[in-house]
Amino acid sequence: MRLRYIRRKCGWALLTLWFVLTANFFLFRIMPGDPIGLLARSQRLSAEALAHQLTLFGLDRPLPLQYLIYLKQTLTGHLGVSIISGTDISTLIAGRIWPTVLLVGVGTGLAALVGVLIGIKGGWARGTSFDRSSLYGSLLLYATPEGWLGMLLLITFAGTLGWFPAGGYTSSSGDTAPQLGDIASHLFLPALTLTLGYIGSFVIVMRSSMIDVKDEDYITTARAKGLSDGQVRRRHAVPNAFLPSFTLIVLSVGFILGGAIVVETVFSWPGLGLLTYQAIKDQDYPVLQAVFLLSSLAVIIANLVADITYGFLDPRIEEV
Amino acid sequence: MSNEISDPTAASGAADSEGRRPERLLSRRQLTARRRRDSFTRNWGMFKANKQAMVGLGILVFFTVVAFLSPLLVSADAIDPAAASGPPNSPPSANYWLGTDSFGRSVLSLLIVGSRVSLLVGVTATIGAVLIGATVGLVSGYYGGTRIDTVLGTLTDWFLVIPWLVLAIVMAAILGPTLFNVILVIAVTSWAMTARIVRAQTLSVRRRPFIERARALGASDWSIITHHVLPNVFPVIFAQAVLTVAVAILSETTLAILGLGDPTAISWGRIIEEAFNAGSMANGYWWWMIPPGIAIICVTLAVTMCGYALEEIFNPKLRRRH
Repeated sequence: MRLRYIRRKCGWALLTLWFVLTANFFLFRIMPGDPIGLLARSQRLSAEALAHQLTLFGLDRPLPLQYLIYLKQTLTGHLGVSIISGTDISTLIAGRIWPTVLLVGVGTGLAALVGVLIGIKGGWARGTSFDRSSLYGSLLLYATPEGWLGMLLLITFAGTLGWFPAGGYTSSSGDTAPQLGDIASHLFLPALTLTLGYIGSFVIVMRSSMIDVKDEDYITTARAKGLSDGQVRRRHAVPNAFLPSFTLIVLSVGFILGGAIVVETVFSWPGLGLLTYQAIKDQDYPVLQAVFLLSSLAVIIANLVADITYGFLDPRIEEV
Repeated sequence: MSNEISDPTAASGAADSEGRRPERLLSRRQLTARRRRDSFTRNWGMFKANKQAMVGLGILVFFTVVAFLSPLLVSADAIDPAAASGPPNSPPSANYWLGTDSFGRSVLSLLIVGSRVSLLVGVTATIGAVLIGATVGLVSGYYGGTRIDTVLGTLTDWFLVIPWLVLAIVMAAILGPTLFNVILVIAVTSWAMTARIVRAQTLSVRRRPFIERARALGASDWSIITHHVLPNVFPVIFAQAVLTVAVAILSETTLAILGLGDPTAISWGRIIEEAFNAGSMANGYWWWMIPPGIAIICVTLAVTMCGYALEEIFNPKLRRRH
């Protein structure tokens, strides 16, 4: 039934993936110094690891051939080795991915949930003091750099008050498995930073689509039928006003990943963001390349899922 | 070229309803100038009526003046780590209103000097982003439905979905930490929204009769775009540009906090990074950490307020929102 629509969306996702791969390939080659020289400069890389990297990516071959080799290697999951530690990047990422998924998941989820609820309430009762204060609060949070916000929370709640640990993922070291409560107390401040940092855009978007929907004819009809204000809001306004926020929630995976780099750095949260920060410091380009590839992949998949769900949520979309 | 033409607004319904007749013949240039002046006065009136926007404008004027006067307000010695004379890490006092950093530099002086780079990056990166975005949007909208539009549209969509902040961070790390690269990276990663909005606006302007008239008179594509489409799309571009300044300043802060800013240029983001790395968290040097963040919030908020007001003025559909 919706096969053509789904197929088109998958096609777009593949095209985007190819775009990302190509951009990634050339990005890595416009930097000062060629990849071989860069690899050779890295002292901690053994001769074997160097030779491995060279043959894996055919760095001594002509550029078009290198491009094809790069595509093939990346698509089969070979991301190369870190030029600092010599570790395989896939292994490096596998060890770092779950803390980030946890942090970004909790941060995005809370920001979206609370933001949308506030937006519904504010937009429905436009002009009330709740609406005004939530709108100004959202604008204020939107204008706040999340790294700085994280630092303030860290100084206040971990430093001065000592309520939360000052960073990291867990206090237990070595063999003992980390306790759930322990992780939660470490997660609290960084997740709160992400939530506060991104809640504003959800409030603003949901609020303005509620306002748009409010004057629609079907709302008047619903009221005329004798439904209570709450029923009109729940059954008629929110389902119709939710679509733009839904898109935003999915798109936000992309920019929250960016924000996670700063927040993880501030809180020493051992995820992909902290890995990125270390790679920036060490000029470990293959790792940076892999991080960009991976975060783009996450966004592409999130978008594909959103597009397909959207097609089911709003059948009109197919015609566009 | 500059023929004497009668005021066409007199012939249109709008002018008739005001009962205005052409008093005299105006040259095309005079006519355009008058029309621009009128619309400026009208829009400025609407802008003035918006309280938040006026507060925002006031804040922006204040910081701009500070940034321009910074060479007079702060001597180069005061921010030179080697020449700084104050006591290190001292809390706010009568001599140092906002305290000092680890080198004994006055935080207030750093803040004043930092305004220059932060605003410079914010404005120039925005100009770059808007130049790219407006060009892509105009061309793709003007040739809407053709292959050029498909290619540019795909490119725009791509830049909209990719994690642009991650791209900016990776690009900045690869290109190296100079002021120019920071500006370049922000411009390259933040033009897509402008392009999409300009394209939509161009598509609607393109269908209006005066474009067809210009084409019938033999105007080239270039001249139609620059003389007829651009002036009509410009208000939207301007509102979007103002909003982009906020994104650019926040991006600069993020890059600086990650140590990707120009190490020779003091910006608000860099003051935050230095304060954090100097362990102001463990030592409680709040006076060093808080002011630059407040400055960033003030400017970003001010820019956003002005941008929203402009958006409302130029896009009447939004007017009922607030």
